[in-house]
Parts: sequence; structure tokens; C-alpha cells
Amino acid sequence: MEMLSGAEMVIRSLQDEGVDYIYGYPGGSVLHIYDALFQQAKVKHVLVRHEQAATHMADAYARASGKPGVVLVTSGPGATNAVTGIATAYMDSIPMVVISGQVMSHLIGEDAFQETDILGVSRPVVKHNFAIKDPKDIPETIKKAFYVASSGRPGPVVVDIPKDMTTPTDKFEYHYPDKVEMRSYNPATRGHSGQIKKAMDMLLSAKRPVILVGGGTVGGGACEEAVALARQLNYPVSTTLMGLGGFPASDRQWLGMPGMHGSYEANMALHHADLILSLGARFDDRVTNSTEKFCPTARVIHVDIDPSSISKTIAADVPIVGPTKSVTQEMLALLGKSKTTPDADAIASWWEQIDQWRERHGGRYDINDDGLLKPQQVMEAVHRITNGDAYVCSDVGQHQMYAAQYYKFDKPNRWINSGGLGTMGFGFPAAMGVKLHYPEAEVVCVTGEGSFQMNLQEFSTCSQYGLPVKIVCLNNQSLGMVRQWQDMNYESRHSQSYMQSLPDFEALARAYGHEAVTINNADELESGLEKAFAMKDKLVFINVYVDPTEHVYPMQVPKASMRDMWLSKTERT
Amino acid sequence: MRHIIAVLMENEAGALSRVVGLFSQRNFNIETLNVAPTEDPTLSRLTVTTTGNDRVIEQITKQLNKLIEVVKLVDLTDGDHIEREMMLIKLKAAGQHRDEIKRTVDIFRGQIVDVTSSVYTVQLTGDQAKLDAFINAIGETYVLETVRSGVSGIARGEKVLSI
Repeated sequence: MEMLSGAEMVIRSLQDEGVDYIYGYPGGSVLHIYDALFQQAKVKHVLVRHEQAATHMADAYARASGKPGVVLVTSGPGATNAVTGIATAYMDSIPMVVISGQVMSHLIGEDAFQETDILGVSRPVVKHNFAIKDPKDIPETIKKAFYVASSGRPGPVVVDIPKDMTTPTDKFEYHYPDKVEMRSYNPATRGHSGQIKKAMDMLLSAKRPVILVGGGTVGGGACEEAVALARQLNYPVSTTLMGLGGFPASDRQWLGMPGMHGSYEANMALHHADLILSLGARFDDRVTNSTEKFCPTARVIHVDIDPSSISKTIAADVPIVGPTKSVTQEMLALLGKSKTTPDADAIASWWEQIDQWRERHGGRYDINDDGLLKPQQVMEAVHRITNGDAYVCSDVGQHQMYAAQYYKFDKPNRWINSGGLGTMGFGFPAAMGVKLHYPEAEVVCVTGEGSFQMNLQEFSTCSQYGLPVKIVCLNNQSLGMVRQWQDMNYESRHSQSYMQSLPDFEALARAYGHEAVTINNADELESGLEKAFAMKDKLVFINVYVDPTEHVYPMQVPKASMRDMWLSKTERT
Repeated sequence: MRHIIAVLMENEAGALSRVVGLFSQRNFNIETLNVAPTEDPTLSRLTVTTTGNDRVIEQITKQLNKLIEVVKLVDLTDGDHIEREMMLIKLKAAGQHRDEIKRTVDIFRGQIVDVTSSVYTVQLTGDQAKLDAFINAIGETYVLETVRSGVSGIARGEKVLSI
């Protein structure tokens, strides 16, 4: 049997797990591991400029590919810098393995240099974490970390490795297990057949159904099944922020996104529905508005791999614990054999009603006469120029909502955003992570001048690794979503939401060796975007000045029902 | 409503802090908590008493089950069960009260486990209400110190919590 040091075992385990890229930053406690990394070529390393970016790169890779992303950071500040990215992945159920160095075992607890109890710090935001207490445990623990991260409801897993576990001269027998079993961890592999049957009966007798597709459908690889189910039934579909692309936006059956900034027709349909089939959505507060007033006439079939997501905020009438994929497959099989068909008349009049709602708002917005761009115009233009086929990695704020509303996603895994945690600074490193793995694909970072400044140091990483992402910065010189809330709830007192002293973004991009394009008004929009997207092998920062007074609509009225919305600054439902 | 939840979990460093952390993270309430290894040294058994409506208790059991190190759990209050708590209580026992305290201890079937000329240390076992009643009967002015184990519980009859 092969004899390896702890450090070598870390890298070999990653090789044997099939990992091709890791993202990280070296430091004292991981020097042995970085030395083992140096002496092989299979696992490639991306040196970021801040550990937070490493986690977002790994996270976005996982979102685009479905495979866990891997991060390597040192102890203390290396690990704490990674925490925001770990929490981001946790909130959106993204598989990730973070290997963090730790000070030598005998120093733990003594406030040693660069010591942090990262197991304690990360505990509330990981699916699980492990401490290595014996170098011999490294391969099996890493195997467990990948297994836990990517099975059941996925999530981030931290493996904390004290430096003395990786001493190069201490060699141990290496064996990487094919699989691991944990008596205390057995995620559901299929839903309860009786419940699925009950759900199908309920579904077929519905008169005003809505299918709600969430992140669990996208992450669970169940989009094809969900689409087939919806089409065979001819039922309307709403996709949550995390579910965008899970059902094609160009399809007539798609209603848009539900919730706070959901479409008028999606929110109206849900409010009046008699049945909601939720596939991997968790009814969070940005979807439900007031839970007491949520969809008063709807019965709920809730399919989720995580039992604790079911009946957490909205009571389920038919709970089904299981992977969205196998459950929808079973539903399709039942539907194929079923002698009952949906009530055609009821469904036809339901569609008639929905089409009326569609006509009322339909995502319209006003265009300025003076050429000052509306952000919605920009997103529609980006959609056109990328043929709707780009990976869109968003930061957080108004631009995120405009992207979600106006970049009509037809494919899953193309919309990459921090939905749960709402992490500003996510978009740029996320775009980098996707571009690294899909060099041929068009990868767009949609950001604002606020979010972008939270991780702009990664310009440097993009130069080093040649990552020609396109950054569309909707520049309104303010923290737009904060400003919108201040307009609506604080009589326009714009407390700290202006962005003063902005850098010359174009010069900044060029300083790192990138290109930049400025778009000042509507006349320059198409030509500016064309010019930028024509530079295939260049990172281009596209600085688009947009109307700072614009608000995201629809916007639900707080503490009210799904149907209570502002449709513009002056129009309320 | 008050619930007693018994949890079998891996006897590993960090497992307990995950359980305790969960309660504070998710705004659940802990009234009492006790934990010790079982006859199988790889497992610990933890008993927690908590309060909440049905929805909260359902979330507590689901969230506990979700912890990777939790092997199995049961809400003992779902069925017939026995609950016990042990208390050590140090009482002022001087002069004329010494006999009265001894009598009260006997009535509650407690044991005096340590004696000085002015102090009795009493061991008492029972459910929470019994221990509270004892303190009431003695009168708070005589109580110098108490330590309570927190509730332990087990199901009545043939039901067992094991793997």
C-alpha cells in the first residue's frame, strides 16, 4: 500500500474524487498542503485575491455543473474570509467542500497566531463540518465531506485540518474509499408512493392549479421531468428566484417569478389557486409575503428532499419527502397510466383568467424621452445580444431583480445568483467560476456599482487566468434597492445609499489589462453592447449609466397577501 | 406545551454544541438539557425539555433529525413515559428547624447525603413538579444552594429508543 503524508493525502483524495480545480489562498497552516499541490498536476489551483471570491467561484461552478466546488484556505483570517461564501452556499443548498488549515493541535485553544475556531464559527452555516484528529482519517473524512455535501439537500461542508496532521515526513497508508456509510445520515432516495399517488389524484382534480418550480428542481436535475409534467397537464408554472430556467421562460405556460418582485400574473394565479404543487421550493418570506394571508384557497402538495422545509412556513396538505427527480418521474409514470384527465373546461377557464392578468401588467415599464436608460431596457438588450443563452451571474440589489425579470431564461443552471443570503459581491467571482469551466460559453456578470466594489480585486485573478467574462454594471450611482425602500418607506431620505467617490471604472479595468465600454444613453446601448460582446477573449467592463430613480415593480405590499402589489410608483392592485 | 425529546447521537466532540447551537440559531427554547454516554460508548443520549406549539415542536424534531450526528430521536410526550430529575439541595438546618427539615425530607422520600452541625445536603429524585414542591415545602429561606440534573426520560412499556 502507498505511504503518503497527510498533506499528500489531502491532494490525492481530491484527485481520486475527480476534482480538477480548487480555489484558494495559501497561508501558514496550509503550507504543507500547498507544497503537495505544487508537486502534482492533476488538481489545478486558482489563486484568488480574497478568500470570499474562492468560495463564490466554487459555489458558481457547483451551480452550473451540479458537482461540488472545492476551496482551500488557511487558518484564522483565511477561514473567516470564506465564511460569507460558505453561508451563501448554505442558504441556496449548494454542494461545496471547504478545506481549512488550522494551527497545530497542541496550540488549539491557546489563541495562537492565526487561530480561529472555524468549526464553531461556521457551524450555523454549514451542512456539517469535520475536524481531523488523526492524519490516517484524512481520506475517509474527505470522502464523507463530498458525500454529505452533494447528497440529500446539498450544502457546504468544512474540513478543518491542523497543520501537524499534514507534516511531510509523517507517512501513512493511503486508501481512498469508494463509498462511505454513516449510520446517522440517510437522506431520502425516493418519495412515499402512497403520498405521490394521493398527490396525483389531487392534481388531476384541480380546477385552478399552479406548479411552483424551485431551486430544488434545478439543483436536483429534475427540470426535464417538471417540464414534461407541466406540459402534459397543461398547467401554469411559476419559477422561484432559485428556480429560474427550470421551466422555459419563452413557454406560454410560464407565469414568471412569484413573490416580492414576482410577476403580476404569477402572484395573482397563486393567490387564486386551488392547488399548488411545489417542486423543491421552500416558501421563504420573499415568496409568501404574509404567511397568514398566503393563497387562502390553495391546498399544497410539497415535494422536498428536506423534511424540515415542509410545513416550516406554509402547512402542506400532502407532504412528500424525496428528491424532486424521482418524485416527478413517479408522477409522470402515474399520469401515463391514469384513466382520469384534468378537467378541461376548468383548466381552459383558468387559462382565460390568467391571460387577462397577463394583459394587465406583463412586465411593462416606462421609457425615458431623454434617452436616460431604464435598467430593464439594458437587461432586454443583453438578452438579445446573447441570444438568451448566456450564464448570467448576478450580484444583489435592483439589478438582480431586473436580470431575474427581464433576462428570460429558457435553460436551467444558467441563472446564478445569491438568492437566500443576498450576498453583494457574489456576481463577479461567480462569473469567473463559470467561465473557467465553460470557456466557450458567454458568461455575463450583472452587477451594480455598489455590489461590484465588494469584490473588484478579482480583476487581477481574471488577468492571471484569462477569464474573459462580460461585466454589465447597471450604474445608478446609488444602492438602488436601499434607495427604493427609502423612497417608499422613509420619505426619500437617502441615508447612506448614494455612492459617492466612484472610481473611473473604465480606467480601473484597463489598469488590470482589461477592456471597458461606457454606455451613457439609449442611443449607445446596442452599439456599446455589440462592441463589448465582440471582444470574445477579453474581459470587458460595461459601465451602463441608468436612471437612478427607477424602482423594481411589481412589488408586494408588506405583510399583505400575494395579490397586494404596487405595479408602478402610482398604481396599486 | 411542554415536550421531552430524547436524542441518540454520535458520541463525538462537537455533537453537543451542534444541538445546543441549533436551539439558539432557530429561536427554540431549552428548559432543561442533560447528556451522557450510553451503554454503547459510541452513542450519547441527550434529553431536552422544551416548549412550543405543534408547529414549533415539529420543526424542532425535524431540525434535530437533520443534524448529521443525530442517529435517532423520540418525543417522549407523544406517549406514556417516565420522567425523573435529580436534585442536590443544601439546606440551613440549625436549631429547632433541624427536625422539621428531616421530616419533610422523609415525606418526599429524599435522602440526607451530607451533614454538618448547621447544614443538611439532601438528594431528591422525582419529576419536576415534585422537586418544586419540595422547595416550596421547605421554604426558600432555608435553601442555600440547589443543583438539578435536568429531566431524563424513558418510554413506558416495551418501546425502546435504540439503534
